[in-house]
Amino acid sequence: MLYREAGQFKATYAQDQQIFPIRQDRIAFALLLAAAFIVVPLIANQYWLSAILTPFLILSLATLGLNILTGYAGQLSLGTAAFMAVGAFMAYNFVLRMPWLGVIPSFILAGLCAAAVGIVFGLPSLRIKGFYLAVATLACQFFVLWAIQRIGWITNYSASGVITAQKIEIFAYAFDTPVRKYLLTLAIVAVMALLAKNLMRSETGRAFMAVRDMDVAASVIGIPIMKTKLLAFAISSFYCGVAGGLYAYTYLGTVEPEAFTLDLSFRILFMVIIGGVGSILGSFMGAAFITLLPIFLSVLFGGISHATGMEISHAVVSNLEVIIFGGLIIFFLIVEPQGLARLWQIAKEKLRLWPFPH
Amino acid sequence: MNVAFFFEVLIGGLLAGVMYSLVALGFVLIYKASGVFNFAQGAMVFLAALTFVSIMKMGINFWLALAITLGVMVVLGIGIEKIVLRPLVNQPPITLFMATIGLAFVLEGLSQLVWGSQPHGLELGIPDVPMEWLSQKWNINVSQFELFAAGVAAAMVAALALFFQYTRIGRALRAVADDHQAALAVGIPLKHIWAIVWAVAGFVALVAGLMWGARNGVQFALTFIALKALPVLILGGFESVPGAIVGGLIIGASEKLAEVYIGPMVGGGIESWFAYVIALLFLLVRPQGLFGEKIIDRV
Repeated sequence: MLYREAGQFKATYAQDQQIFPIRQDRIAFALLLAAAFIVVPLIANQYWLSAILTPFLILSLATLGLNILTGYAGQLSLGTAAFMAVGAFMAYNFVLRMPWLGVIPSFILAGLCAAAVGIVFGLPSLRIKGFYLAVATLACQFFVLWAIQRIGWITNYSASGVITAQKIEIFAYAFDTPVRKYLLTLAIVAVMALLAKNLMRSETGRAFMAVRDMDVAASVIGIPIMKTKLLAFAISSFYCGVAGGLYAYTYLGTVEPEAFTLDLSFRILFMVIIGGVGSILGSFMGAAFITLLPIFLSVLFGGISHATGMEISHAVVSNLEVIIFGGLIIFFLIVEPQGLARLWQIAKEKLRLWPFPH
Repeated sequence: MNVAFFFEVLIGGLLAGVMYSLVALGFVLIYKASGVFNFAQGAMVFLAALTFVSIMKMGINFWLALAITLGVMVVLGIGIEKIVLRPLVNQPPITLFMATIGLAFVLEGLSQLVWGSQPHGLELGIPDVPMEWLSQKWNINVSQFELFAAGVAAAMVAALALFFQYTRIGRALRAVADDHQAALAVGIPLKHIWAIVWAVAGFVALVAGLMWGARNGVQFALTFIALKALPVLILGGFESVPGAIVGGLIIGASEKLAEVYIGPMVGGGIESWFAYVIALLFLLVRPQGLFGEKIIDRV
């Protein structure tokens, strides 16, 4: 009833090509943005802002980066965390060594460094694909972490390899409270998501999808395979690099190389799969799901032990969490292999017809 | 350069490579028969070793414990086929791969939930000491235990080769590996075959778990040896049993040699990634791995 595009005519090309062609979508999205920018900072407490919402946004950005590579360009990568690590540590170095640059340009430069690393480790994709490529990207994961730990310059010769992110100041305005850090993260993520959405609707994105669906056909219609694949690695790593910078500056504060282990790469890959492969919206949904699930589970177990009066030991709870986490992933893959984004799409289609059956 | 020392490092590396091959074999078996890249193999190794040690701790004799653990692994293999894989038939390989990562989480959590998470020692009765006559004659130290592990690996490969070559089930397995649909068409029950493959992979995981457990202790770090097996796999090819062995030997030897001769130049610790780099360079020349099936395919 409410969600229907009847009577909304498109009179110009601009109207035809807008991201949200349906007015209700535009209103809903504007409300969502308003809620994220205005309502959340007003009502959320410190714990929610700094321990849940900020990491959720950062991981969404990293997921988006991986989704560009895996979902749109079809190249499986297990080195996401390494690209984030490059972003985090290079952002630290740019801020440290070129303080006049400012934080945002440092993030961009750090992202470009990650992109360069991404291109280097994307080179094997020209020769191999599938699981062979996935294992090849593991080399990136291990090599980058090793390099960060061994090369003193990167961590500014800190003995333990741990760096402390500097204060974020943009035009003498300090982003030092959880609310301000959250808003900064949100703004960067929103802008980059918009860029990604438009990029994927442009020639570049369509070239990615053509390579993903059938590379021989893509090259026959004149898409340069090599350039497209390396560009996908570069863009994806850029997103991951910026996400890594944010991870260090607005979430962790104190960063050690061990924060970017293979485990993080896998978690981001889970977010892509659960959210929906090849979907911008899905990246956010997947990140939300995987971020919230452990919190939900620990609350649930807390509730159970409170209700039954039974003391559940910490080890049991953490093991159960791992089991349920793995089980849910399998369950999701079986029930909806297209991810949460597909469920959302189905819901929207149903809503369009509601309350009529056809 | 000291020749005896060089050979000592080389042999040590080759024997360590055999240990990698043991783990890689489990991957190859499942990939061959079902096209699934089973990331849970490391978790299965851990589960097998932990189950075995815990049963031994209850005071049950070695062979009985071995039989019980084998039973557990077989049941597990059948269960995985029924619960996880069958509903996912016809999904793209990446979905199946993700499912096995989920499975790895479940198995890791489950084994620690049941048996606790403290590390155990495992004693197989073969001391980890250098062979005496070798060290006396040529001044080369080679661990007795590692030689034993190599022997076990050789025996297992021989057994698997015979099993694949001469038994009815083995032939069916090869048929399924070749072409699922053609195998179905000639009346091979795919479901049973997959369950058998997973059970065999469980057996391989048990052997690998015993060897690694006896060497490094049964602890959570066992799950990471799957990562050690991956370069072996891409070097040897995902669907080749001899590839897993040869790949393991190459990786083991070059890793040890690099650690000893190149490591000090760059600050050590290179074993975490060196194997991957070798495998990568190799792939650039031969994308299907050493013994991989040649697929005519443009990338």
